[in-house]
Amino acid sequence: MADEIEFPGAATGRSALSRRILNHLHANPTIIPLFVLVIGLIIFSFVVGERFFHPFNLSLVLQQVTIIGTVALAQTLIILTAGIDLSVGAIMILSSVAMGKLAVTLGYPPEIALLLGIGVGGLCGWFNGIFVTYIRLPPFIVTLGTWSVFSAMVQYFSNGETIAQRDIEAGAEFLQWSGEAMKFGAARVTTGSIMMLMLAGFLWYMLNRTAFGRHIYAVGGDQEAARLSGINTKRVLMSVYLIAGLICGFAGWLMIGRIGAVSPLGGEMTNLDSITAVVIGGTSLFGGRGSIIGTLIGALIVGFFRNGLALAGLDVLWQEFTVGLLIITAVSFDQWLRRISN
Amino acid sequence: MTHIKRWLGHSVSVAAIAIGCTAASAQDGSVLVGLITKTDTNPFFVKMREGAAEKADELGVNFQAFAGKYDGDNDTQVTAVENLISAGAKGILMVASDTKAIVPTIQKARDAGILVIALDTPLDPFNAADATFATDNFEAGRLIGAWAKATMGDGAANAKIAFLDAHESQPTVDVLRDQGFMEGFGIDIMNPDRRGDETDERIVGHFMAGGSEVGGREGMETLLQKDFDLNVVYTINEPTAAGAWEALKAAGKDDGSVLITSVDGGCPGVRNVADGVIGATSMQFPLRMAAFGVEAVAQFAKDGTMPEVTEGLEFFDTGVTLVTDNPVEGIESITSTEALELCWG
Repeated sequence: MADEIEFPGAATGRSALSRRILNHLHANPTIIPLFVLVIGLIIFSFVVGERFFHPFNLSLVLQQVTIIGTVALAQTLIILTAGIDLSVGAIMILSSVAMGKLAVTLGYPPEIALLLGIGVGGLCGWFNGIFVTYIRLPPFIVTLGTWSVFSAMVQYFSNGETIAQRDIEAGAEFLQWSGEAMKFGAARVTTGSIMMLMLAGFLWYMLNRTAFGRHIYAVGGDQEAARLSGINTKRVLMSVYLIAGLICGFAGWLMIGRIGAVSPLGGEMTNLDSITAVVIGGTSLFGGRGSIIGTLIGALIVGFFRNGLALAGLDVLWQEFTVGLLIITAVSFDQWLRRISN
Repeated sequence: MTHIKRWLGHSVSVAAIAIGCTAASAQDGSVLVGLITKTDTNPFFVKMREGAAEKADELGVNFQAFAGKYDGDNDTQVTAVENLISAGAKGILMVASDTKAIVPTIQKARDAGILVIALDTPLDPFNAADATFATDNFEAGRLIGAWAKATMGDGAANAKIAFLDAHESQPTVDVLRDQGFMEGFGIDIMNPDRRGDETDERIVGHFMAGGSEVGGREGMETLLQKDFDLNVVYTINEPTAAGAWEALKAAGKDDGSVLITSVDGGCPGVRNVADGVIGATSMQFPLRMAAFGVEAVAQFAKDGTMPEVTEGLEFFDTGVTLVTDNPVEGIESITSTEALELCWG
C-alpha cells in the first residue's frame, strides 16, 4: 500500500505535479474520504448550526456508527482479499441471540455467554471460509447462501421473540456493559464506541506492521503471485474469514449494549451498510488496496451525513439519496485511479 | 478530481436550497414533532404521514418523518429517535417495529422530556410510551361479527365460519380482531387473550394466512377442503379477503352464498365492498391517528397537558367505522361510496 506506483501513461501526458498527486492518492486511499468528511462537517456546521457541533450530538454520531463501524472493520479485511461477505449482519444477530439465550433463558453466567456468542460468530466465519477457500466458491455466492442459513438459525433459536431490557437487567446486566456511557461534559461516549476504536487500532497494527497483515494485502492484490512467492494463501483466507466472524460476534455484543435488548429482527441491511462504509472509505472492491482508518472515516461520513441531514430537517429519503451518491462517487474514483494506473 | 469538486459544488447548492425551504423555521425555537413509522412504503403509513404533515402545517409546528428500511428494522428507528432527541423535538409519534427492543431508547427520549405517543401498535410493556393512540381492534372485529350475525338472521345459528388469521405466534392485533368477531357473532370466546380455545361447532377452522393475498387464497382452499359448505369468512385484513375471494371463485362459490368480512379500510378493500366481494369491513383511520398525535404534542408543548385515554380502555381510541352496502339495523355504518372518500392507500 505504501509503495509509490509509477503511472507510465501519466509520465508522458501529464505534468510531474499531477503525477505526484496521483501517486500520492493511489498510495494513500484515505485522503479522499478524509477530505469528504471535512467538507461535510463544514457544510453541516453552516447549515445546521450549533446543534450539529454540540458535544452531545457529535458523541451521538459516534454511538450510531459503532455497530456498522465494527462490522465494517470485518468487511474491510474480507474486501481486502477481493472477497465480500453478505452474511455479516446475520452473524452479528445470531451471536447476539446466542448471548441473550444463553445468559437470560438458560442462565449461563453472562461472561461465558459472551464468549460462547463470539465463538458462534467465529464458527460462522469459519464455515464461510471453508467454502471460499477449499471448495473455491465465489465469496458472493457462499455468503449469499449463509446469509439465509444464519438468518434462519436466528429465527430458529429466538422463535422471533425479543429479549426485553428488564429480563437482561435481571440476570445478565454485563451484556449491556458496552452500552454504558461515560460523560465528558455533554458528550456521552459509550464503552462500545471505545472498544470499536481499540479494535480498529489493533487491526491497523495487524495489517500494517505484521507479516500476516501484509499477506492479506498480497492475497487480495494477486492471489496467484502471492502463492508463488511462498505465502500460504489458503491459511490467510481462512484466517480472514474466521477473524471477520469473530468481529461480527463481537458486534453482536455491542448491539445488545446499544439497544439494551436482544432483537432477532433487524440486521438485514447491515451487510450492505458495512460495504457502504468500506467503499466510501476508499477500499477497493477489487482487493489489495484500502485501509482500516479509511473504513472508520467511511462509517463516520455516513453517520454524519445522515445525522446532519436529519438535523437540517431533511426527509429521510434525501439521506438515502446522499449516501447513494457518495457510494457511486467513491467507486467511480477508485475505478478512475485503477484505469490510470494501468 | 474536477468532477468530485463539481459534485461537491452541486451538493452544497442542493443542500442550501433544501434547507432554505425546510429548516429555516427550525431555528426559531418552535415545536418539532417527529413521526417514526415501520416503513415508508405501506399505504397505511403514507396516510399517517400525510395526516401528521397536514395537522402540523395547520398548527404551525415543525414536522419530520422517519421510517425503517423494512418491517422489523429496529436499528434505524433507534437512530431516528436519537436524532430527534438531538434535534430538540418536543414529541415523537412512533409505530414501533420491535415493540420490546425499542423500549430502552424510548426511555431515553422520555428522560429528555419528550412526549412519546405509540401509534397503532402499543409498546411492550404498554406504559413504556406516554400514551397510545390506536384502533380498538376488538371493536373492529366485533362490528363485522355482529353485522354477519344480523345479516344471516336465523341462519346464524347454523353458520359455518372460516377464520383466516395472520400468525401462529398470536400477535395482539390478530387475536383482538379474531376474538372481537366471535364476540360480535355470539360465539363464547373463552379466554379473550387466546385464539383457538373455543369449542363452538360453527367454527370450521383457523388458518394462518400471514395477512397476504397468497395466504388468503391458500387458507380458503384449505378450509374449503375441510368443509365445502362454509358460509361465513372472517379475514384479518383486506388483502387476505381478496385472496379468499379468488379461492371461492375457483371453487364456484362466488354466487353470494358466502359472506366475507374484513378489517382495515384500505381503498382496494373498500372497492371490494362496492363490488360485493367483501360484505363488510371495519375501517380504521391512520390519518386521524397521526393528526391527533400531532395535536397532542402541540398541546403538551404549550402547557404540559398529557393526552387522555378513552374511557374504559387503556389507550386513546381513534375510532373505527363499519363499511357496508347492506346495512343492518342497530349497527351504524357507512356505504362504500362514502368510505371511498375516507379510505387510505
